[in-house]
Parts: sequence; structure tokens; C-alpha cells
Amino acid sequence: MSGILGKKIGMTSIFDDRGQMIPCTVIEAGPCYVTQIKTKERDGYDAVQLGYDEIKERLVNRPAKGHFKKSGVKPVRLLSEFRNFNGVQLKLGQEVRVDLFHQGDVVDVTGRSKGRGFQGVVRRHHFGGVGMATHGQSDRVRAPGSIGASSYPSRVLKGMRMAGRMGGERVTVKNLMVLKVIAESNILIVKGSVPGAINGYLEIVKQS
Amino acid sequence: MDKMKLIEATQLKSDRPEFNPGDTVSVHVRVVEGDKERIQQFQGVVISKRGSGVNSTFTVRKVSDGVGVERIFPLHSPRIAKIEKVKEGKVRRAKLYYLRRLAAKQVTQKTSA
Repeated sequence: MSGILGKKIGMTSIFDDRGQMIPCTVIEAGPCYVTQIKTKERDGYDAVQLGYDEIKERLVNRPAKGHFKKSGVKPVRLLSEFRNFNGVQLKLGQEVRVDLFHQGDVVDVTGRSKGRGFQGVVRRHHFGGVGMATHGQSDRVRAPGSIGASSYPSRVLKGMRMAGRMGGERVTVKNLMVLKVIAESNILIVKGSVPGAINGYLEIVKQS
Repeated sequence: MDKMKLIEATQLKSDRPEFNPGDTVSVHVRVVEGDKERIQQFQGVVISKRGSGVNSTFTVRKVSDGVGVERIFPLHSPRIAKIEKVKEGKVRRAKLYYLRRLAAKQVTQKTSA
């Protein structure tokens, strides 16, 4: 497994060699820096911590400053761990760039989905609603229906799907094809859509 | 957003002529049959143009053997070898969907300059 951190820039389409229009997402990926290497002996598992998006020194608090000093990396906004980062042996402070991906690779992209606010069950859990709009019914079209039996269990079961906050959670989209890698400008283009808003942070992971 | 524009720019074709709804155009389409490639022409009236950048498309309508045929082309598609403007039209609308209801004679009346 290997991966990189990036930022969603936007969506567009590109034409493939057969002349077909393919929807794609443009991601600015890296350069990332290795801020910490975790080993089985010391931390109980093997992982590599990458940092992305440089920020000003004064925005960093003291504990974080010490952490960056250890690896000799400029302060960054986002830190994320990647388990079992094999292939190339990485050193502390080393740069990780998009050229680790190639056209035709299959990647998984993780991001934070757009917040949808408080949503009802029809939108949030794809319920069908209850009744009809006519025949004397009112306010039932988007209702959740029964949420459980009566005297037994006399309570609502945990995990019952109801209305509430939707979106703003960690979402992974698997098996997106890499259409293009532009190493000079740190650009990665993948087929299809990716979670989150424009300028949202993403983790891009290549399995194997 | 600038980076988006740079990426789109690599996809755009610069040889596309200016044309508007109402114009009659002849679109030279590359058709792949097996491993052979040939050029097919599709001539008709442009009834709609939409989108911007790579995502822009245009719709061409013609009447073939009494059957109306419409094709939607991505403006910057590499499958389009050439777009020829055959005749300029003069219309008062951006979308000419009403031409679908009209007879051939009325279509020429409505789009002639």
C-alpha cells in the first residue's frame, strides 16, 4: 500500500483515446513529507505519517513544533498515517510526490463528505415515506413510520434510523482509475467523483 | 481554479469555427468500423448550444427520409474532424426546439437570413 494526501480542485471531463468523454476529478496531490515513521517494535504497528499543506510557523503550537522539528519538516496543516507503506523504504523528512501513481492505477480516495445539515429519513436513509398525498391524509408523505413495537420492548432500539445530521463524515470511494498524472504541477486526475467540497482534503491510497 | 483552466485547455480544440443556433453546419465525424476509420458527414440546423469549456455541446437537427434526426456533439470531441458552416441563419431564439414541430419549408423560412 502507498498513498498521498491532497486537495480536491474540481471536476471536469476529458476525452480518452477512443474519443469518449470521461467525467473526472482533478486533485492537487502532494508534495507530502514524512513526519514520523512508526515501527512494530516501538509503536506496535508499521505506519508512515505524512504531512501536507505547509503553513506559517506562528500558526503551530509548541508540541506540534517539536514534532515537526524531529523530522526536519516545515509545519503543515494536515497529518495522516498510512499503514504498511511498503515498496520504497521512506526516510524521515523525505518528500512524497504524485509520481508514485501512474496512469491506469486503481486508487481509493477518502475525504470528508459535504455537510447536508438536518435531514429527514427520506433523504438520509432513503425511506419511502408513509402514505399517499391524497385521500384525506396530511403530513405523512415523508414520515418515518413506526419506530418499534409497544409494550415489549417499551423503548426504541439503539441504532434506529431517524432524521438527523447528514454528511460531514469520512467517506471512501474505492477503485477509481487514475487517468492522468502531471508530476510538474502535482496534479492527479481520477475517473469519477470524490467525496467532499472543493478545497477539501483527501487521502489517496493505492492498494498493493 | 486556475489549475482547472489549464487542464481544460489541454482538451480544447482551437480549430472550431464560430457558429450559432440557426446556422446550418456540416459536421465531419470520424467513424471507426473495426480497425478502419472513415469520415461521415452530418448536415443540419444547429438548434442548441450549451455548456462551457470542455463540457460544451451542440445539437444538430436534420430531416432524413421524413424522419427527424438530432445528434448532440461535444464541441471539442476528437471524433469531430471538422465543422463546416454551410449557411448562416437568422433566428430570434437561443434554443430552436420549436423547429421540431414545423414542416421542412417552415424551417427554412424561420432560419433564413
